[in-house]
Amino acid sequence: MSIQTLIDLPQNIKRGALIRIRVSISHPMETGYRRSSEGERLSRNIIKRFSCMLNGASIFSADLYPAVSANPYFSFQHRAARSGELTFLWEGDGGFKHVERVFMSVQ
Amino acid sequence: MTTQPLRSQTVPSKDAQVTLPDHSPDADRQSASSYEEAIRRFTGARVLIPGRIKLDIAVLIDNGNTVPISIVVIPTPDSLSNIESIAVFSERNPQHEVILLTVEPGHSSTEVASRIRLATSQKLIAIANFEDNTCCSDEVDVIVTLAACLEGDG
Amino acid sequence: MISLGLRGSLSCRLSRILIHRDSSKWQALMAVFLTCVFSCSQAQTVLTLPTGEPQDARLSGFEFMGESTRALQLDASQNPAMLFVREGEQLWSALIGSKRAACRDCHGDANESMRGIASRYPAWDAAIRRPVSLSHRINLCRSRYLGLDQSQAESPATLALEAYLAFQSKADRITSVDDPNVFPWLENGHRLFERRIGQIGLSCADCHAHRPGSRLGASVIPQAHPTAYPVYRLQWQSLGTLSRRIRGCFTGVRADLPQPDGELMVSLELFLRQRAAGMLHEGPGVRP
Repeated sequence: MSIQTLIDLPQNIKRGALIRIRVSISHPMETGYRRSSEGERLSRNIIKRFSCMLNGASIFSADLYPAVSANPYFSFQHRAARSGELTFLWEGDGGFKHVERVFMSVQ
Repeated sequence: MTTQPLRSQTVPSKDAQVTLPDHSPDADRQSASSYEEAIRRFTGARVLIPGRIKLDIAVLIDNGNTVPISIVVIPTPDSLSNIESIAVFSERNPQHEVILLTVEPGHSSTEVASRIRLATSQKLIAIANFEDNTCCSDEVDVIVTLAACLEGDG
Repeated sequence: MISLGLRGSLSCRLSRILIHRDSSKWQALMAVFLTCVFSCSQAQTVLTLPTGEPQDARLSGFEFMGESTRALQLDASQNPAMLFVREGEQLWSALIGSKRAACRDCHGDANESMRGIASRYPAWDAAIRRPVSLSHRINLCRSRYLGLDQSQAESPATLALEAYLAFQSKADRITSVDDPNVFPWLENGHRLFERRIGQIGLSCADCHAHRPGSRLGASVIPQAHPTAYPVYRLQWQSLGTLSRRIRGCFTGVRADLPQPDGELMVSLELFLRQRAAGMLHEGPGVRP
């Protein structure tokens, strides 16, 4: 499966409003604790870090551990002060790196 | 009246990053580091003040693989302190660390949600560290049951 | 083993029935027989309210799960199945295979051409002369018309496309099975539903018809209506087909696993569809 993301931002954001941003990404988040049917340990393959930046400044970040479910999901709040480009960055094992950019318009 | 804690020599400076153990699964780590030790490593010498945080989670979980949680932190009106970070620890997963969050300061409240895995029935704790070297926590007991029929790869 | 005997008897019955398949008189008799069977079973699924009004007693698995899991399904920005729907949407227009063609080339905009498709499957496939599930049909189509090798049953691409098509069926009603071509498989599916299988010796009906709402271990037993497939199952942490879910039950009762796209499987899926006829399709859902 190619990497898929769901990014949910409200429409018509008024300056000063406290908005909710919701994101998820497709990823198995293999814990490293499971074993295959042959008994071999399945090596860990997780996203280790997620960050959201507005015009380059971090507004939310998370360090993820194997206890985060597959297809990791985050919902967080942001006080909308200005329009700008939101950058979502996921990084993980095996050099995993995925970036999405969304323009947020604040009136 | 809220008593402000005195600054202590052992409090880590603002420049020091909060460090949690790395992500490696390591069976030995579990025995070496207890749930309480993992929490202490995060809070440092901070004084734990009850309240101000709520860890929302269903008491009876449908399936331990995907458990929605949400954390609400409300700084008190008389405190101008900002949130530095929020961590969630599990009592009985193979690793105690679940997630570490850094949120943007300056909101009147912060609500964060995610989905986590719980290996078994256990305690789960959410801790918020504040810039004024206080912290608050909320701990819940959750019941996690196994599915009736465990499948193989088929 | 009981399950081997099941497969043996199924193929014998099918070959006997297939001899008569072209007889229109036989088809008429089958239609009458099945109408009686299903009208009886429908009568059992209707409750009478104190006001005297009838109410459908059938409930989707949605009603049997916890509130937080329900919330996951209802919110498109949280429903993990939507990640697969997005993938399917991209694959719909992707030029692939030896013919460098896309699903869209024949079927156009899925919003229009595929409206309600998932509520009409399993359905008859004229080329191989038997009913097939939607995911099997997608696989057959891709190999016949896009020049792809036949994928294995639950390949990521087939799953994503099935999710995308099921999304086009959201809020449509599951349709009744009215194609006489598939009646033999439907009848077999009904028989299989009632038959005890595996070392544990349970039938589908034992749990899903006679004990829904009770618990098997700590899990609540649903009525087993296929209203949200393909489903993001929390236990799998991934999307999966009805076929995969049924194989999970076979594993649970320690029976030999039926082939994912085989005749036994599609017979059961056909019966489950008929049993759920009239219920709303939820689009790709979430289940524990």
